[in-house]
Amino acid sequence: MAIRRAMSGRIMDRTAVVGARYMSSWWRSVQPAPKDPILGVTEAFLADQSPDKVNVGVGAYRDDNGKPVVLECVREAERRIAGNLNMEYLPMGGSVKMVEETLKLAYGENSELIKEKRIAAVQALSGTGACRLFADFQKRFCPDSQIYIPVPTWANHHNIWRDAQVPQKTYHYYHPESKGLDFAAMIDDIKNAPNGSFFLLHACAHNPTGVDPSEEQWREISHHIKAKGHFAFFDMAYQGFASGDPEKDAKAIRIFLEDGHHIGIAQSYAKNMGLYGQRVGCLSVLCEDEKQAVAVKSQLQQLARPMYSNPPVHGALIVSTILSDPDLKKQWLKEVKVMADRIIGMRTALRGNLEKLGSPLSWQHITNQIGMFCYSGLTPEQVDRLTNEFHIYMTRNGRISMAGVTTGSVKYLANAIHEVTK
Amino acid sequence: MRPEFASPSSSSSSSADRRLNALVRHLATASMVSQTAVAFSPTSGFHGDSVFSHVVRAPEDPILGVTVAYNKDPSPVKLNLGVGAYRTEEGKPLVLNVVRKAEQMLLNDKSRVKEYLPIVGIAEFNKLSAKLIFGADSPAIRENRVTTVQCLSGTGSLRVGAEFLARHYHQKTIYIPQPTWGNHPKVFTLAGLSVKTYRYYDPTTRGMNFQGLLEDLGSAPSGSIVLLHACAHNPTGVDPTLQQWEQIRQLMRSKALLPFFDSAYQGFASGNLDEDAQSIRMFVADGGECFVAQSYAKNMGLYGERVGALSVVCRAADVASKVESQLKLVIRPMFSNPPIHGASIVVTILKDSNMFNEWTIELKAMADRIISMRKQLFDALRARGTPGDWSHIIKQIGMFTFTGLNSKQVEFMTREYHIYMTSDGRISMAGLSSKTVPHLADAIHAAVTRMS
Repeated sequence: MAIRRAMSGRIMDRTAVVGARYMSSWWRSVQPAPKDPILGVTEAFLADQSPDKVNVGVGAYRDDNGKPVVLECVREAERRIAGNLNMEYLPMGGSVKMVEETLKLAYGENSELIKEKRIAAVQALSGTGACRLFADFQKRFCPDSQIYIPVPTWANHHNIWRDAQVPQKTYHYYHPESKGLDFAAMIDDIKNAPNGSFFLLHACAHNPTGVDPSEEQWREISHHIKAKGHFAFFDMAYQGFASGDPEKDAKAIRIFLEDGHHIGIAQSYAKNMGLYGQRVGCLSVLCEDEKQAVAVKSQLQQLARPMYSNPPVHGALIVSTILSDPDLKKQWLKEVKVMADRIIGMRTALRGNLEKLGSPLSWQHITNQIGMFCYSGLTPEQVDRLTNEFHIYMTRNGRISMAGVTTGSVKYLANAIHEVTK
Repeated sequence: MRPEFASPSSSSSSSADRRLNALVRHLATASMVSQTAVAFSPTSGFHGDSVFSHVVRAPEDPILGVTVAYNKDPSPVKLNLGVGAYRTEEGKPLVLNVVRKAEQMLLNDKSRVKEYLPIVGIAEFNKLSAKLIFGADSPAIRENRVTTVQCLSGTGSLRVGAEFLARHYHQKTIYIPQPTWGNHPKVFTLAGLSVKTYRYYDPTTRGMNFQGLLEDLGSAPSGSIVLLHACAHNPTGVDPTLQQWEQIRQLMRSKALLPFFDSAYQGFASGNLDEDAQSIRMFVADGGECFVAQSYAKNMGLYGERVGALSVVCRAADVASKVESQLKLVIRPMFSNPPIHGASIVVTILKDSNMFNEWTIELKAMADRIISMRKQLFDALRARGTPGDWSHIIKQIGMFTFTGLNSKQVEFMTREYHIYMTSDGRISMAGLSSKTVPHLADAIHAAVTRMS
């Protein structure tokens, strides 16, 4: 110890002159970055001392007591995993078992495409990681392509494709006047995009608007995308959460598959299995044949290796344990439905309360929209009032996480919204 | 769209035919389907090929590909000395007792949830990791000049740090030692840096080419980034002495070269955590700045959980805070926030002094077993009279030995003796046991005497 201190003392003396040359930091010119618009909301909420505070910001499910939930099927899976297995590296493409089960959810339990091994698929770091891996892949192998992103969308989509250096354009999606889908404009944008453009589609429960195309509209969207030779990339972060039935929520994807598109899908277990912090997801790319799928998968792995080498094992084990056990899978499906139903119940309650308060505005969209979020139509100024006067936290685009609304807080929320909009 | 109906054909159909047939199955009745096959018609409206049809299959990763090949081999005497993952004397992967204990504690704590971590990960994890590598009494920590963010093991920490440098640093070149871990060049290139090398290993002495290192770093442009292996250099196992580290430090500071440490083996090299961190602490002690990528894959056996941390030591606290905010902008579009499980295990162990002690004991046992394997292999080669000087096996340090065998000899050893290792002659000592040392010694002896 003493020797080391003496040594460092000598070092300081010897380098005192040299030290002067590097007195200022290399990072002096680094600007403080703006706070993340979504995750920053929770930070502000946590800092608030008010007993009335309500967090309807981040899209994380809460039970009717406002508490985060760990699903029973997940607890059971964890009990089975602990103490039994080692923590060795997964392959670069992740857990094969987990990926197999995950593809069944998206493509269908008995999908021919899976049997024919035409799907290149790798475990990814939840939905974010899956999108990023695809964006990097798109950049590398279709370097002249651009991505069309709906307006609005999850804010991080823009960051992901930007960091992958893929040029982005937008397409019309949300219709503010009707608080529904701007279908005609969306189709126009699809038609006007250069042939072979890449389109980002939310498979179900659009984030942040909760506005999904109907089945007929999806068929038309598929038709026009096909006519232009566009690539359809689905971000499916809420399978099971929209209607309560994962099969129903995969309808858009199944339509595209029937129509013969070679799609890509980003899947996440953050919400529907409550595995948020475990970062479990999957990226898949449907190819012409098995040979191509092998090639594509190998290239996806080449992108994953210099990013994180191989994906985390724990969450993947939970998923594969649940999905490969028929009883646990059944239990999971039940628990997903409970979550989806509670949210649907809160939509009904919020709308009901606002109408009871005699609000002059229409709140139909609260129950028309689907999934975790309600695009309330509130302006940033109104949102600020909700936060400053009522300690209600949400993103400034007026997006309310219905998963954060409870029987206990729905009246308070309705009241506050009424106050700032009447 | 009307499909054309043709007589049944059993030949393999094009992918377009297949798709059309799938559609027919939906539209037609069962009896119709069995009698008809559908051929692709130019008027059918299908838009054809995948936009990724030009993608060719990538070669196997040179390191991870070794395990793939090993798994395929049916031989009962096969030996996997490829990937740097610790094995017990029985050749089994090891989960440390203290890690199992921590996992049980987490499992039994019903109040634990799986919510998203903050973008920078678990705050306590970051603090404890900084303490571990910089020392509890580090002035940089005391003065709040360190920002630490949780990342996906060593790889992820390197990548996030490199992306930050590519965006905010005035120099876009990183100098990496020759040789280095196979994944290093790709990590930095994909992050947007350009990669150059500096001499490091001397194949004739199987030790350091220190003169070459000083010359190459000495001629690097001022401000260049320099990758340094904190201890237990991968793949060579050749580390600078403390005096050599001091010379490196002085040279780098005089040229304002930015150190980027890769610390993947703290505790594994000497068996002592503080000793293995000396190189880093020497640099931090002079008040200058540096980057450190830390991994818990090996020293806590958490490999697949992907636990690591990136630390940036800055000259001032406000700078560290600004740097952290920019690191978040790199992380958010990459994976949003890091995985919770592995980091929670680390926190559980590091914050409890009893568990911490247990960990240091288990860690030392792993390091000692590896040192013993080195001795056994060295003795076995000497006993066989294998030509050459094999003292580097006991001089080199850490998980790997750079045998000096060439790729032909390696290929021979794989073919004839079912020994799996990377073609650069690197063997993972962690994959050896007293039982398997003789087989490896035989293989090396044969390779050296029959193939040159």
